[in-house]
Amino acid sequence: MADEKIKKVSIVVSKGSLDGVYPGLIMANGARMEGIEANLFFTFFGLEAIMKKRMDKIKVSTVGNPAMHLPSLLGIIPGMSAFATARMKKEMDTLDIPPVSEFVEMIHDAGAKLYACKATVDMFHLTMDDFCEQTEAIINVGKFYEVSQGGQIIFT
Amino acid sequence: MASKTYAGKAVEVDNEGFLMNASDWTEEIAVEMAREVGINELKDGHWKVIHFMRKYFQDKGQIPTIRRIKNAGGVPTQEVYSLFPDGPAKKAAFIAGLGKPQGCV
Repeated sequence: MADEKIKKVSIVVSKGSLDGVYPGLIMANGARMEGIEANLFFTFFGLEAIMKKRMDKIKVSTVGNPAMHLPSLLGIIPGMSAFATARMKKEMDTLDIPPVSEFVEMIHDAGAKLYACKATVDMFHLTMDDFCEQTEAIINVGKFYEVSQGGQIIFT
Repeated sequence: MASKTYAGKAVEVDNEGFLMNASDWTEEIAVEMAREVGINELKDGHWKVIHFMRKYFQDKGQIPTIRRIKNAGGVPTQEVYSLFPDGPAKKAAFIAGLGKPQGCV
């Protein structure tokens, strides 16, 4: 088992900030690029990554984020988060990392499956119409374990 | 570093089998390399990707990502995955006589 190649991963995306969403997307896409089966499960604020109206408006948090090297007091200035996000997106573009909507489409076209968490959907009163067309289904945690069977689970 | 013979021509390859010199590449070599990774016949779709990758590499000095192949090369992601199953970026770069892709996307 230890030396065996990873064959399947299920990645949970639970955060709705730029740095909360991209690692999961990059890992899922990277898995498909290596021929590894991949599922993405979006829960809580992570759901924003597959919500039609929200997916391309995801931002970096400039407050309560020590790695930004910016005092939180400055981070609350209007436009600071948008500014930091724009700069980061520019850097990402040079690395050929796509915007969320294009990335989600690529990951879907690469054969990964994308799921929305039922508990969150109920809590926020959402329906399938709120999600991008690449969303496979709204599933509960039991079903998540079912689709994850035989693979590894990564929580981000 | 090792040497390998493809289509009657000795070429240098790295420890994972990627060609060391993209200029050693020929279409005949590509056909044999493709067989080695389980693609028995290179069809038009394969050649479109391979030639785009080589041209891009020549112009920019970089191996194109799957996104580049889609946006600049005009080959949809789904097609790239079905043409080069089980690891398309690596496989296509291998057959195109380029090095192993180093990026994360």
